[in-house]
Amino acid sequence: QQIQEDMNKQLLDNLVSFLSRSHSDFQEKTTEWTSRMKFREIPTAALVLGVNVTDHDLTFRGLSDVLQDNVTPYVALLEAKDCPGIKNLMQKLMGQLMNCDIDVDSLEDEDCVQVSQNKIRCSMPSLISWYESVTKKTDSETPSKKRNSSSRHWQSPPVVVIFKDMESFAAKVLQDFIVISSQHIHELPLVLIFGIATSPMIIHRLLPHSVSSLLCIELFQSLSCKEHLSTIIDKLLLTSRFPFKLGEKVLQVLINIFLYHDFSVQNFIKGFQLCIVEHFYSQPLSVLCCHLVDIKKRVYSLSHDQCENIRRLPSFRRYVEKQESGKQIELLTNDSFLKEETEKLLEDLHVYHENYVSILRCLHVFTSSLPKYPLGKQIRELHCACLENQVWETNEYESSLQLARMLNKTDLVTMLQQCVEILVSSSGKEFDKTVKHLKEFLTQFQNLEGFEASQEQDVSVSSQKELQKKTDLYHLQKTLLELKESRRSKKLTKFEMLRFEVVDYIDRLVRKYLVPAGDRTLHEIVYFNAATVLRGHLNAAPRTALHTALNNPHWYLKNEALKCDGGGISNKAPDICIVYKLHLECGRLINLVDWLEAFSTVVTAAEEPNGDAASSDQVDDIIHARFIRAVSELELLGFIKPSKQKTDHVARLTWGGC
Amino acid sequence: MSRPEGTRSTRRSLQVKFVPDEDVLRHIADDAGTKVRKDKAQLSISVKRFVKKLENISDNEAQEILEEKNYVAALGICAQDSVGNGSNISGGEVYSFQTPKRSNKMAELASELAQTPEKNVAPDHSKCPEKMAKTPQSSKEMFLLMHVFSLLFQNKKKEFVSTTPYRLRKRLTAPDPYLESESEYSASCSEEEDEEDKKEVSTVSDQKTPAKTKAACTPPPRNSLTKKIKEQKMGNLVEEYFEAHSSSKVLTSDRTLQKLRKRRLNQRTLHDLLKNAPLAYAAEIRDLNQQHETLFSKWMLQLHLGFNIVLYGLGSKRDLLEKFRTSLLQDSVHLVVNGYFPSITVRSILNSITEEVLDHIGTFRSPLDQLEFISKRFKEDSSLELYVLIHNLDSQMLRGERSQQILAQLSSLPSIYLIASIDHINAPLMWDQAKLSLYNWLWYETTTFNPYVEETSYENSLLVQQSGSLALSSLTHVLHSLTLNARGIFRLLAQHQLEKKDSPSYPGLSFQDFYQQCREAFLVNSDLTLRAQLTEFRDHKLIRTKRGADGVEYLLIPVDDSTLTDFLEKEDEDV
Repeated sequence: QQIQEDMNKQLLDNLVSFLSRSHSDFQEKTTEWTSRMKFREIPTAALVLGVNVTDHDLTFRGLSDVLQDNVTPYVALLEAKDCPGIKNLMQKLMGQLMNCDIDVDSLEDEDCVQVSQNKIRCSMPSLISWYESVTKKTDSETPSKKRNSSSRHWQSPPVVVIFKDMESFAAKVLQDFIVISSQHIHELPLVLIFGIATSPMIIHRLLPHSVSSLLCIELFQSLSCKEHLSTIIDKLLLTSRFPFKLGEKVLQVLINIFLYHDFSVQNFIKGFQLCIVEHFYSQPLSVLCCHLVDIKKRVYSLSHDQCENIRRLPSFRRYVEKQESGKQIELLTNDSFLKEETEKLLEDLHVYHENYVSILRCLHVFTSSLPKYPLGKQIRELHCACLENQVWETNEYESSLQLARMLNKTDLVTMLQQCVEILVSSSGKEFDKTVKHLKEFLTQFQNLEGFEASQEQDVSVSSQKELQKKTDLYHLQKTLLELKESRRSKKLTKFEMLRFEVVDYIDRLVRKYLVPAGDRTLHEIVYFNAATVLRGHLNAAPRTALHTALNNPHWYLKNEALKCDGGGISNKAPDICIVYKLHLECGRLINLVDWLEAFSTVVTAAEEPNGDAASSDQVDDIIHARFIRAVSELELLGFIKPSKQKTDHVARLTWGGC
Repeated sequence: MSRPEGTRSTRRSLQVKFVPDEDVLRHIADDAGTKVRKDKAQLSISVKRFVKKLENISDNEAQEILEEKNYVAALGICAQDSVGNGSNISGGEVYSFQTPKRSNKMAELASELAQTPEKNVAPDHSKCPEKMAKTPQSSKEMFLLMHVFSLLFQNKKKEFVSTTPYRLRKRLTAPDPYLESESEYSASCSEEEDEEDKKEVSTVSDQKTPAKTKAACTPPPRNSLTKKIKEQKMGNLVEEYFEAHSSSKVLTSDRTLQKLRKRRLNQRTLHDLLKNAPLAYAAEIRDLNQQHETLFSKWMLQLHLGFNIVLYGLGSKRDLLEKFRTSLLQDSVHLVVNGYFPSITVRSILNSITEEVLDHIGTFRSPLDQLEFISKRFKEDSSLELYVLIHNLDSQMLRGERSQQILAQLSSLPSIYLIASIDHINAPLMWDQAKLSLYNWLWYETTTFNPYVEETSYENSLLVQQSGSLALSSLTHVLHSLTLNARGIFRLLAQHQLEKKDSPSYPGLSFQDFYQQCREAFLVNSDLTLRAQLTEFRDHKLIRTKRGADGVEYLLIPVDDSTLTDFLEKEDEDV
């Protein structure tokens, strides 16, 4: 479980670094552009982030960190929920600015603390005076220090105010703030950054023209969340660095949640973490899911029970059955032999992953540029397809190969070059030959170029000549037809031959290396495949669960008496189910008396099947009490509520209530 | 979805064969009747159009189901997967707004109105068109068979009795109960008229139907309809919704609990009674709970890894959480929040954290400040850990936006571990994306089937049955401590309110009138004494005053009429 924590950490690091990278270009722009500050206009950056609100937090944190490091020590992050009025906003702003000031210049510690303790009235003038004092002090610092700081910051660093979620700020507050600060822009170099989730139009909707004219807005588009996702998939799944892998269905579930529900990279990562946790918790052999260097040690420390566990794995069984009998016995009885074998198999698996990833990328290079994307545009789709089953047996693969056979030369050459790059950069040893092969193809193509060009010229020149010779209409027609014929018949030029060869070669590579992971021995150790569990935990359906419990109690309570056919419910069901069933029959309002009588009828019938109706006039106390309980439970669950429309009626709140 | 569909269709085919002619006619008539009652506008609705509409509805259902299936499939539910957990109901059954039940429900009503309670036929009314289309032609050959089967039905009825509502049963046993029960039926506004109308309509359409069914015999070809259906689909849905909700009339019986002559149960007797009643399926429920208890260690692990856990499913999860607490959290600091408690607030939760966990004395200006303080303390001291167990996170008091926001932020602290339970069907709606990511939930289905004993035991979570008794006892209690004159004053007010109980817009007794009456009864001698008396009542929440539009003060006793009557009776006994 140590590894898993490591991995979590790495994962988050990855994300943060990625985010900051994606925004670095943006910062450069901001900085250059604060320098040319205009008269009376506040430079403003509007950052369009998209709807994945939950990720914004991280983005902004990364952004403010980077800003603090590179541009200015004075960064304030404001959130709408902290600032219901202009006063709160100013307070928050002051607090954050002064705090971060303490962080940066520890020299002025006491001074600042004093200021904030005094709780001076939070107004713009006080902010300005504070700012001036701070900048002055930085000026008067020792020269060495000054040089140090000026290398990082400018002489008069701007104050950056970030509004995290602009849409939820009150328009009035924003307007006031902007108007006030525009009055003081001379003394205080202020920069605003708006985080926008919807569209840039919102600025104009929130702010009237008189206010927005005070701003000098520049728009920045952050990367779309889909790109974030593919980077993360690239970094986490398609490397051999992490031993842990996701099965096809799990990946499908995660991606679906991402695409259909929230577009939140954070949630995706959460799901991934959950997968790791589940895997290590539920799979006893997950100890072996570690880096290659540790495998040997861990394999040898396996206990007898764990060996038995290995023997029980279905993929291992299949493996054993393929061996000859002597080895079979050895594998099933001798622990140390088993360990050796396991180690070998795990190493095989590792190598397989390395190869898999590079070949997958190569294939992706080919398929991603084909028209209509038969195997998907993104590498993740390809990855899913390959995990699911043998990719070369699918129709999509067939069609994409056919399309690949029709590629033109330049595309083909660039693709081949890309493949070579990928293969060279990958660490697998087996690829030397492949690379050589591909390079051969490349040179052949180049040779072909010269040859073919001349040939083409030949053909065209000759045909031109012919055309010039015979100018009457009939002959022209005839020659054109002939030309066409000949074009069609001389199908296989050298280039085409070569193209076929290349595609076949790629096909062979795919067949060799992109074997679905499910076919590999011991894949259970590193692949997590319990998609249902994951789905249940991440994307639960509480309403469905309630519905099933009420309609079909047999699902949960395994009692024969509760078993019933499709629609109906047996009268022996728990009280709440009966009450629920009865209430389904009613309209918008339910008369409690009728309900109670119906209930008691059902219940008495269940208890004494041949008892007659004589006793049902006076409802039994116990049944009454049970009814009350069931009804109040339904109320708690939100199916009904008391109604004032008629006495002793309740209103139905749910499905079919109309 | 496909399973019930299948059974329904087989049943349908059965019915197509064996429904007697008269029955069909009656059904048509009833349909028209219910329809007219529903939208009370067109009396002479053409049956043919109605039939078409029904057809449309069933078609729409099919289409909807298809779409939902697609969606569900897209979400990655694979058939083989979902066998593993309990959620293999497609959305269609649960979520569809225009429910598949709708047409059945109409049929249900119809069958209740009909004299012969054919429970078998009733649930399949949406298939009526086919029935009608076929039976007229083949009815003669089928006649004998029909007799046999109607006999069979008679036999079967006994079995169905147990599930039919009581009224149906009554009708079966009594020879001519229709008239009797009819007197009890009424729409909430007009009573007599409506009944008359209905009868008229049914007779009218009875006469009409023979002709109309002929027309309906040759249903138009499906494919020409499909286009129309698509167009109508949206319109239909919306229209029907508003149609159903526009008429304020709801047909329910007028009977009240009072007529039942049952003594009202108070909290304690209820509790005692329930304690005596054996819990059904105790063994199975115990099995279920034990199954959940195996998850405890997993929960611990996941809590420590930064997830929070939410439990859902039918049945009280209180015992389960308690068991979790006693078995695993004995040695660690934990806080149990009873969300179902009617006076719980976020502030009290935060207070208990600051005061009891962090030993901080002092108050905070706002919950946000308090939250900040808590998070600071928890960040400073990494050894500080706190488990928070919240029963019913979705209770009345905690479901507000602000409280959820604060709780979410609290739960996002790395050393606070939150495990909560929700019950309300719409509970997940209270969280938006931001809150969900703060909560970082892991969902666990824990259906326990345990009765919600604690959760429903608080007065305001119960229905009228008990609330009356408590209010009554408090009324008498307070009044007994008052002077004789004061009691007289209150009686006067109560009597007046009871006299006016039939007028729905009764604003209360105006102060001046009340003063006049009290003077006449020699209860007060001046304006001031009455005011002093009323202030006392108000302090005990016996009366409510409100100013009318004309500035006059109106007095009202905020107790329902039945309780008030009970109270007056009791007073009379005392005097």
